[in-house]
Amino acid sequence: MLHITYTDYEALRAHGEETYPNECCGVLLGKSDAEGSHVRQIIRAGNTRTDSAHNRYNIAPIELVKIQRQARSLSLDIVGFYHSHPDHPAQWSPTDFAEAHWIGCSYVITAVEKGKAATTNSFLLTGTSEEDKKFVDQPIEIDVATLTQPKGQA
Amino acid sequence: MNIHIPTPLRVYTGGAETVAVPGATVAEVFDQLTSQFPELKQQLFNAEGKLRSFVNVYLNDEDLRYLPSKEATTVAATDELTIIPSIAGGTACCSCCPLL
Repeated sequence: MLHITYTDYEALRAHGEETYPNECCGVLLGKSDAEGSHVRQIIRAGNTRTDSAHNRYNIAPIELVKIQRQARSLSLDIVGFYHSHPDHPAQWSPTDFAEAHWIGCSYVITAVEKGKAATTNSFLLTGTSEEDKKFVDQPIEIDVATLTQPKGQA
Repeated sequence: MNIHIPTPLRVYTGGAETVAVPGATVAEVFDQLTSQFPELKQQLFNAEGKLRSFVNVYLNDEDLRYLPSKEATTVAATDELTIIPSIAGGTACCSCCPLL
């Protein structure tokens, strides 16, 4: 289960609308336990795939290094990532799978149809290595009651 | 020096997010790291002993791949090494059709 506040959920979906017709991307910070991952903060990231931003995304490694530092300073972990699929379903693509390496983390995908956020799904990357990894559907629980702090940006 | 471990690899370091490892070069530090945590080796390196293509390593803010001496780069105890797998994807079905 991916637990996320309504504020963060709507923020990552809004990010996809803002970057439409290009893909957005970002990082989920939080904590994981036996009940799943609990998102405490989302961090917007830049999409470096300016050559094909409408159907590709990439987060610069140095930006990830800085986000990981930020997570450490907040006593949080990187628990997942999000990106958008402009005018495509909210399902992982072969490219998403091939480029997924954070086993145990959530990959949240929002379909953005004609500029409006539609379905949002989460997929947990499971397995023990590149050889046996796989995506499994991950339910999302949206907490509408939690108040959140203002969001930072890496 | 301290090595920062990304979330998916902490299962191989007993949950530790930062590991202190001695060594005079990046290569020595990696040798020590994988000696201390043997299961990390196949996660980080391919069969030829090279870093897997999706594994990024930063010495402080510098990408190891672009340092002149690469793994032979000397390090100080105060330096920090960060291991960070890549993040990418998208709706394109494969690398042969990036511009569809």
